[in-house]
Amino acid sequence: MPFIPHTDQEITQMLAIIGADSIEDLFDEIPAHLRAAVMQAIPPGMTEMEISRLMQQRAEQNTKAVCFLGAGAYQHHIPAAVWEITTRGEFYSAYTPYQAEASQGTLQLTYEYQSMMTALTAMDVSNASMYDGASSLAEAILMAVRANRKSKSRKILLPTTVNPVYRQTAYTIVKGQQIELVEVPYDQTTGTVTLDQIKQQQDKQGGDITALVLQQPNFFGCLEAVDEITDWAHENNILLIAVINPLTMAVLKPPGEWGGNAHVDNNNNGADIACGDGQPLGAPMSAGGPYYGLLCCKQALVRQMPGRIVGRTKDLDGKEGFVLTLQAREQHIRRSKATSNICTNQGLVVTASTIHMAIMGAKGLENTAAACFANNNKLVAQLTAIDGMEKVFSATHFHETVLQFDDLAEDNCVADILAALMKKGIIGGYDLSLHYPELGHALLVCTTEMRSEEDINAYAKALQEVLCSLNSTQTAALSETA
Amino acid sequence: MLIFEHSSKGRNGAPQSPVEKASVTDIPKNLLRKNSAALPEVSELQAVRHYTRLSRKNFSIDTEFYPLGSCTMKYNPRACNTLAMLPGFLNAHPLTPDQQNQGFLACMYDLQSMLCEATGMAAFSLAPMAGAQGEFAGVAMIGAYHNSRGDFDRKEMLIPDAAHGTNPATAVMCGFTVREIPTLDNGDVDIETLKQAVGPQTAGLMLTNPSTLGVFERNIEAIAKVIHEAGGLLYYDGANLNAILGKIRPGDMGFDVIHSNLHKTFSTPHGGGGPGSGAVGVAERLIPFLPLPTVAKEVTREEGLENESYHYLTAKDCPQSIGRLSAFMGNPGVLLRAFIYMRFLGREGMVRVAEFATLNANYMMAEAKRRGFTLAIDQRRASHEFIITLKNEARDFHVSAMDFAKRLLDLGYHAPTTYFPLLVPECLLIEPTESEAKEALDGFMDALEQIKHEAETNPELLHAAPQTLPVKRLDEVRAAKQLDLAFKPGASV
Amino acid sequence: MSEVPSELKYTESHEWLRVGDDGLITIGISDHAQALLGDLVFVELPEPGTEFVAGDECCVVESVKAASDVYMPISGEVVEVNESLVDEPEMINSSPYDNGWLFKVKPSANELDELMDADAYLAEIEE
Repeated sequence: MPFIPHTDQEITQMLAIIGADSIEDLFDEIPAHLRAAVMQAIPPGMTEMEISRLMQQRAEQNTKAVCFLGAGAYQHHIPAAVWEITTRGEFYSAYTPYQAEASQGTLQLTYEYQSMMTALTAMDVSNASMYDGASSLAEAILMAVRANRKSKSRKILLPTTVNPVYRQTAYTIVKGQQIELVEVPYDQTTGTVTLDQIKQQQDKQGGDITALVLQQPNFFGCLEAVDEITDWAHENNILLIAVINPLTMAVLKPPGEWGGNAHVDNNNNGADIACGDGQPLGAPMSAGGPYYGLLCCKQALVRQMPGRIVGRTKDLDGKEGFVLTLQAREQHIRRSKATSNICTNQGLVVTASTIHMAIMGAKGLENTAAACFANNNKLVAQLTAIDGMEKVFSATHFHETVLQFDDLAEDNCVADILAALMKKGIIGGYDLSLHYPELGHALLVCTTEMRSEEDINAYAKALQEVLCSLNSTQTAALSETA
Repeated sequence: MLIFEHSSKGRNGAPQSPVEKASVTDIPKNLLRKNSAALPEVSELQAVRHYTRLSRKNFSIDTEFYPLGSCTMKYNPRACNTLAMLPGFLNAHPLTPDQQNQGFLACMYDLQSMLCEATGMAAFSLAPMAGAQGEFAGVAMIGAYHNSRGDFDRKEMLIPDAAHGTNPATAVMCGFTVREIPTLDNGDVDIETLKQAVGPQTAGLMLTNPSTLGVFERNIEAIAKVIHEAGGLLYYDGANLNAILGKIRPGDMGFDVIHSNLHKTFSTPHGGGGPGSGAVGVAERLIPFLPLPTVAKEVTREEGLENESYHYLTAKDCPQSIGRLSAFMGNPGVLLRAFIYMRFLGREGMVRVAEFATLNANYMMAEAKRRGFTLAIDQRRASHEFIITLKNEARDFHVSAMDFAKRLLDLGYHAPTTYFPLLVPECLLIEPTESEAKEALDGFMDALEQIKHEAETNPELLHAAPQTLPVKRLDEVRAAKQLDLAFKPGASV
Repeated sequence: MSEVPSELKYTESHEWLRVGDDGLITIGISDHAQALLGDLVFVELPEPGTEFVAGDECCVVESVKAASDVYMPISGEVVEVNESLVDEPEMINSSPYDNGWLFKVKPSANELDELMDADAYLAEIEE
């Protein structure tokens, strides 16, 4: 029997101690007429050899194409040591560190994670993780509403440059709380949200705004004017929630340092809450997860923080040790008054991410992020050299860029081009038509440090061929109708 | 010692990243980072050694018996990990077009179908990323269902007082008020109080069955009738599904919506606190509200041949859905592991899970009684877990359940769940799971008996436990008062 | 055995009240309550100037094992809070009726008679 160790003799002995005639007797409190029949829709069991074959076959069915797709998940190199250590049984098969003395490994590692994440974001406090970037934005919004007592409106300004699926997730999770998510449109020239547009929306909403969300780099890959907007938010008693890609923070100004150019009180600098997806720091793309959500805040907001937090303390002998702390905020104690219902988070992925950051160091992360940026510039230069390809936005791009197909006929779409590229072994990017129809035939391309010169050349060549053949069919079709 | 304390300025491991830093001068200066982040500077060997050593400061299923009640700490087969980490899965971008992602989608579709069959529900969504998010999805669907019928006044969620803390926390997150229903001494829900409590304000009842008290709710049919006749829906918290897998299905008991903790019943690793999965299943009438995305199968015929293909369903296909809970679809790596585990077991293996989990729990309960421990609920069958109360030991020898727990650690066993459920004073909630052999159960019971004897003769030994672990009892008051949540260079504890 | 000073008023949710010469009412939590909660590690005090109705949640006291709401025993405006608790919440444990007071209220109605005296409270917690 798979994974069941009992011998017949042991079963007999155990039943004798219990005083039951059969295992079946142990279920005699369940009404007989409700008992389940054999589960025909579940196939019979398999051996490890058979399952290995099945899984290899299915893994083979997935594409091996070269990936120029980002939009919230990124293909980065992960040092081999990271998941080797992470999947050690002592990390892999442990549970939440409720018995601190028997969990110092997980607890110290989590404390080190919190330390690294606060160093990277320049924020005061980090929790032990949320589920993913999208749900951590939802929790950040709930947290801001609890924390901003000066605001009564429960209105959150949410620019459309924030990842659309993050916005959808936030809506699903906060809608039970009478919180209003108010969209702010982006500037069609720069590809960023401007202070004017934010102010306009604030006026429309009657002035009282609880929090403002700002994504850096934003969904289009563009860099937002974080300083100016953060200062303005604080002047207006609005909490600033930063959504970040943590890898890019090795190069870009971290949320804890945003603002501070103007006449604002110095202690008030920086985003109040920072969230985002930790995937670029050691988690494989893995069809969408598991990743983890990072969530950081200013010291003053620590008691509004949801989820687990590890603290350093001392044992009876004065020796350093680690415990889960501030647990009184959590659901198992506070029940209906908890800061969130979250209990399990993404511990194992955080383990990987911590080891990843330790091995890479600030230098390794910086070089990686800079390579992403440089490769993207190379790709964009090559692709926009093709006739009919334009870069849409003027703001600086980090490692993703929106490109437009100028001459595409009405009945053609980006999806056709992506399908044709796929046949040439290239995942060409993200089709923006679903979430941003106003951009016309637009594509979001992404490069990481993993895209070599050859990859980039191959993409440019393939795209040129695809557009050429598309044009010739168009011309052919035109001449036919003519 | 922290990894930061192994750090030396200028040390860099780095064959793992680009060796030279590319120019970033095109980025406006005010958007650039001024100083490098204060991450540790260590060699790869130092990092590997540090984290390998840290791992050895953990108890885990792979190293110790871990009878943590309500958590189902069963063996996590290694093959599930190896096969879920095949490069074909790891390198799949979540937004890869469905046609190029068929192998993964086929696994997800099959997992949905198997979960339906195992629980008796009509449809499943794999989107929720943990039990608590599954609860959120379930309760939000109950709300959406009532709203879709114009039934806007159903704002009260009924929850037994024995429930997990996540139940009331979730109900409040979804905008409901909570009304607690008491539990009888025999572990069943107080159905008379329940009858008085229901009305036109009732949205539903959240129930764990078997309950957190380790017994099967015998009146489940009557409870379902009370709730349904009042117009409410019945929610199944699947935390204890392991106890009944293959024996009785939540759908057949009358539940309208359930979440299943795949990291419990279907053996995906607990990973030191996640990632988990809280897949949700529903009865027919709730299908339109399932969280997105889900996976659908399409069968086409081409030249007499049947072609199966799989695709994601999104908001376009399911306009009444409660929406998304994450950026993509839950935790796919976890879902793959659960799929592999279910294929290992097959239909015949499912039943054995409940049978041997229950055998182990009842055996330990009988042994506990034989060895003079007081059971919270006597005279009933245990489900896959049971509760010892140490209130007599606490009264007579001034030792607490916590003292027992800490002393168990010294003897090489992870402690059971302590102080939960809240209804039972000084309790240990013990769940052995089906994957433990009789020797492990006997060894644990011997240890517990030894501690009981020590409590009578030398209680100081318990108060001072643990003695053999990397640290002794930790000062939680200090941790909460002098918050030290991140290493700052130059500061010391 | 918990201390229950005879000159104070009490509530079922374990708050105590002391009427001052200036008409202000000082409020804290009882010795019995602090013992139940254990070592306190944090107090979230109300904002001075806030008006409350009797029964409102107005303050949270937090120990390692519990966070507990403090309910406003009478209607009125909070005029002063015990700032020293921010750094030394343990004063509630060591001196629940003196240094561990929480806040002072200017009452807006006469509701004191509806509260328990020491004997009634003692009977309540001995139950």
